[in-house]
Amino acid sequence: MKGRVLCPFICLETNVISRLFFLLACLVIALPTQAQEGAAPSLKSIIAQNAPDIIKGSVRTAPPIIEALVDLDEPEALRFLSLWQEKSLWYRKADDQIFIAEEREDRTYELFDIATLAPVETLPKKQIKQIKPNSGLRALIDEALVISRLKNDDIAVRQEAVSSLSRLANEQHLAPLRAAIEVEPNQDLKAEMERLERFMTIQFGTSSEERVEAIQKASEDLSIETRANLNRIISSNIALRESVGDDANIARQVMPGEEDFSIEDAYQLLINNDLAEPIPTASERTQILIDNIGEGKVGQFTIHNLDTQKNRDAAYLALVAEGKAPFWSPGLSADILVEQFEFVEVYDEANAQVTAAAEAALKEIETRVAMSEFMDVLLDAISLASIYFLAAIGLAITFGVMRVINMAHGEFIMMGAYTGFVVQQFITNYTLSIIIAIPLAFAVTFLAGVALERLVIRHLYHRPLETLLATFGISIALQQLAKNIFGTQARPLTAPEWLDGALVINDVISISWIRIAIFGLSILFFVVLLFVLNKTRFGLETRAVTQNRQMAASMGINPNFINMLTFGLGSGIAGIAGVAIGLYAKVTSEMGSDYIVQSFMTVVVGGVGNIFGTLAGAVMIGFLQKGIEWFNPANTLAAQTYMIIFIIIFIQFRPRGIIALKGRAAGD
Amino acid sequence: MNEALLEVRDISVSFDGFKAINALSFSIAEGELRAIIGPNGAGKTTFMDIVTGKTKPDAGEVIWGEKNVSLLKRQESQIARLGVGRKFQKPTVFEEQTVYENLLMALDNDRSPFAVLFYRHNENDNQRIAALAEEIGLQDHLEKRSGDLSHGQKQWLEIGMLLAQEPRLLLVDEPAAGMTLEERQKTVDLLRRAAQTRAVVVVEHDMDFVRNLDCRVTVLHEGSVLAEGSLDHVTENQDVIGVYLGR
Amino acid sequence: MQGPLTQFLMKNPSVLIFLGLLSAFTMFAAIGSEAFGIGFISTSMIKTLGKTLCFCLIAIAMDLVWGYCGILSLGHFAFFGLGGYMIGMWLMYERTRLIVENSMANAALPPTPEEIQEAIGTQIFGVVGGAEIPVIWSFAHSLPIQLAFVVLVPGLLALIFGWLAFRSRVTGVYLSILTQAMTLALALYLFQNDSGLRGNNGLSGLQNIPGLDHVPQSHISLYFLLASAFALGLGFVIAKLIVENKMGNVIMGIRDNEARVRFLGYHVETYKLFIFTLTAIMAAIAGAIYYPQAGIINPAEIAPIASIYLAVWVAIGGRGRIYGAVIGAALVSMLSSLFTGGQIPNIEWGPINIVWVDWWLVLLGVSFVAVTLYAPKGIGGLFDIIKLERNK
Repeated sequence: MKGRVLCPFICLETNVISRLFFLLACLVIALPTQAQEGAAPSLKSIIAQNAPDIIKGSVRTAPPIIEALVDLDEPEALRFLSLWQEKSLWYRKADDQIFIAEEREDRTYELFDIATLAPVETLPKKQIKQIKPNSGLRALIDEALVISRLKNDDIAVRQEAVSSLSRLANEQHLAPLRAAIEVEPNQDLKAEMERLERFMTIQFGTSSEERVEAIQKASEDLSIETRANLNRIISSNIALRESVGDDANIARQVMPGEEDFSIEDAYQLLINNDLAEPIPTASERTQILIDNIGEGKVGQFTIHNLDTQKNRDAAYLALVAEGKAPFWSPGLSADILVEQFEFVEVYDEANAQVTAAAEAALKEIETRVAMSEFMDVLLDAISLASIYFLAAIGLAITFGVMRVINMAHGEFIMMGAYTGFVVQQFITNYTLSIIIAIPLAFAVTFLAGVALERLVIRHLYHRPLETLLATFGISIALQQLAKNIFGTQARPLTAPEWLDGALVINDVISISWIRIAIFGLSILFFVVLLFVLNKTRFGLETRAVTQNRQMAASMGINPNFINMLTFGLGSGIAGIAGVAIGLYAKVTSEMGSDYIVQSFMTVVVGGVGNIFGTLAGAVMIGFLQKGIEWFNPANTLAAQTYMIIFIIIFIQFRPRGIIALKGRAAGD
Repeated sequence: MNEALLEVRDISVSFDGFKAINALSFSIAEGELRAIIGPNGAGKTTFMDIVTGKTKPDAGEVIWGEKNVSLLKRQESQIARLGVGRKFQKPTVFEEQTVYENLLMALDNDRSPFAVLFYRHNENDNQRIAALAEEIGLQDHLEKRSGDLSHGQKQWLEIGMLLAQEPRLLLVDEPAAGMTLEERQKTVDLLRRAAQTRAVVVVEHDMDFVRNLDCRVTVLHEGSVLAEGSLDHVTENQDVIGVYLGR
Repeated sequence: MQGPLTQFLMKNPSVLIFLGLLSAFTMFAAIGSEAFGIGFISTSMIKTLGKTLCFCLIAIAMDLVWGYCGILSLGHFAFFGLGGYMIGMWLMYERTRLIVENSMANAALPPTPEEIQEAIGTQIFGVVGGAEIPVIWSFAHSLPIQLAFVVLVPGLLALIFGWLAFRSRVTGVYLSILTQAMTLALALYLFQNDSGLRGNNGLSGLQNIPGLDHVPQSHISLYFLLASAFALGLGFVIAKLIVENKMGNVIMGIRDNEARVRFLGYHVETYKLFIFTLTAIMAAIAGAIYYPQAGIINPAEIAPIASIYLAVWVAIGGRGRIYGAVIGAALVSMLSSLFTGGQIPNIEWGPINIVWVDWWLVLLGVSFVAVTLYAPKGIGGLFDIIKLERNK
């Protein structure tokens, strides 16, 4: 017998009146059920027994019936309750039997069985009557329904009940929710219920202590929902001091002209309280002047003289003197008038303890949100830095090691990204396609790089400015070629499912897995390149060629071959970077040019000629950009502008970058 | 001994831990001809870089002239205008321009952009250029593109440009490198003539060339002065022999 | 007695040849124009020709700074654009003022100055959600002041940027990248709506000269062509005066061996700054004449790519010779507008179908690489060969 089990502890937590009420309910419900011990009650039997009470729909008699229906724990019974609440039930006047009715033509209604929904008969309207429960009863049914759904065995139903409650809860739901929390077996849902209970307590709690306690608990939660709930508590209006009673919950005194409370707002308040007359605005006064034009004149002023505000004012004053216009004088201004009054911000919530607690909690949350946001910006900056590092590291090798500037580097990034796109056209498994795309992108851009070095750059080693221009020519051609082949629209490069979504640390801090993967890739590149350049034969030969080409050549190193390989390596890395960047940004023919200036900045700021420099440059630029964006989040364009200006100034102080080579090796 | 024209006191400079110049002190008097010799890496070129302002030393002082001006805070162009002329190891003349233009640029005229912008060719300058060309033996090549000159002619043109600057001190880095014997002798004469009116410092590897200059010699080693005196004096110095022959 | 100018012209016959050709070209355009001549050259073609002359002028500036002084600036189109913005402000403001005053003339009461200001503000800045006239437009009503700004604003920017860059001895490719960054920063800044210059809408209607509504565009376009030709001629003479003098020797010296010039006692940074700023001003003037012919200016015109195309023009024309820059700019920009304007017939050989609008940039890029590799002297190099042949 659930009814009796349930009652005592509901009673514990509700106020005295409802306690009495429920005691009564328990007694009443006990009677009919005990009377029928042995024969299990059914929907039909309960309705049949209680039909007159259902039809009458009194708040006094209905509770036991509702309770009995809920106890049945049958979908039909619950459906019956909803229909009752929605005023969809009708009864046959002849025998008081209750049906669901649907209107048919000629003012007739077809009746359906309440349990089976089977059609019973069609009757004219005068033979049946709608059952209209009053609002009190409807609230009771609603509460009972919520209780039953919160205790439903199906977790989906309970979940649904909780989310519908979070949308439209009222104070009557608090008790059943608390009851449901006690018995909820699912821990996640239980946590959700507890959170909802907290919000509801904050709003509907019966005592200040209870509400304040809930508010204090909520301050540990950073979610937008919590903040919205707390903000609802401290919602306020600005009012005239004299128009609010002494018992009002006043937040503070406000001065007209403050943020969110302009002089005009204050003046409007005075007007609303009949304490002031509207001041005619300049355009209203002009309109009045126009209305008073007669024979090319306004009063004694000819129209063509009214082309300055001063003359218009004089004409208007003349009209005022004649009583033809509302009062206005040049010295009349809202500021002076509003100064004579006091304005206060009044909370909608009357309980000062609660509002104070909510303010404190919000403040605490704000501090913690700010800290979290700071962390989030840091993570963003790290992520951006790793993207810049990826984009720039290939360039650092070709520019840093070979002193060759490759303006087509951005286009190699683009080629890598398009390689990934093409692979995905043939291999639909995203994981596999990415695994294939990475080495393939490396191969494609490696070969492109080698070709570029052999065909063009080799001939220009002593003309660095011309290398810049020639590779720029390549860059224009490649970009247009990509446009001709792939079109101008952005192409998708889809990440495998396991890279979807984000690592959520709390409601403010989250970072997408793709960015984490890019971070990982950057670290990998850094370590691998460090190893290749410092610990392998190839690295040794590269450094030898960098430092002294002739000497290296005389020691049996083929500088041409080393240059070719180095350039290929730098380009190949750009290709892999392209795949990574394509996963996170769009793949277009212009994507390379989005990164090229930043990449050069990264290399130049970091210091040419070593990988640590590039890392330092990427970190600095990434953090700088995110930092500037943090101060001015609305305007990323401005952030980039300021960043570039900062870099130009930075180069004043460290012309050779953060990590500079000194002495003769640095060259000129 | 006369008042020193240039005095270098205790300068040191290091590149990434390598001490290129180590507590070097050196001085040269007005109108003196001096040769600096030393093995590779002794710091000869770095020493010139410091005097001319290209490299800033980590420690020490460089004092110039009667007014004891410190050169360390000056820019290259200011030092040049004070009267320090420098000839690089490789002949560096402006190959795209004629001998005349090269000399004109070097002439000791106002170097401000506006003076240069509104410069008018005049007889006085033309005569000075003609005299200089005569001195360096290029009087017949004034309108020739200097890139078309022979190696030796370029070296002389560069020396001529230095003379045109009217410096009080000439720093000459390996002037004889790549010259024929005959050209060398001409160069020696040129430098000796130049030293009659100004101080000249010659950095050179070639001992015969130094012997022909017939002047005081300073030996640099590992960034410091190892010995100083006449060539015969220093070649008898055990340390110098050690440095040159010991390894 | 020969004056210095006659002397200069005697020494440099190319100046006379160039001025002669330019005058002939202008005469030809005037005779062919719809305004005063037989009308076989359309007004839009006159505008294209006038704009091309402006490109030639900025190419001269580029040649001075790059071909002669060795500074590969990738930022001169920023100065060009700034010049355009400065004159565009006056054009747009004054024209809007005239329109506004005209439309308000019929109001019941004659408008007050405040009302006119507000109406102008709404007209111009409505697209970026504003009605206030920004502070930088304070002098937009005055043609003389805005004309001064055409020179002063880009000149000052060049001066400050150049001072910072040259002072820290940034040279070579570093400097190029830095100038490119400057251009990018400026373009990004102008793209913002609250830059005060109408964000990416830019300034428009610049072909309508305030107060000259009764003059048909065919006439105005010809006047601007004449102005462009005059500016180009003047620019050519100034450039020649600079490079054929001792100044030319010094800046070429800086290009070929900066350190050597320094040790000769020249303050290299001042010289670079002088040339950089002077050429920036030339570019700005070219822009100020160009945009009234183009009719519209927006931040995309300042994007780094434009300045790189400028380098391409000069390289193809031939660096280190003033006429080379003019040839390059004229040829490449005309070809570019022909190819992208669809005037060159597309090629269809069976499966091969070359649409020039799509393939022009590929062709340009590849031919640019070829010029850099095989003809570093550009088209101007051809003249050297001719000269050599004749001397034989």
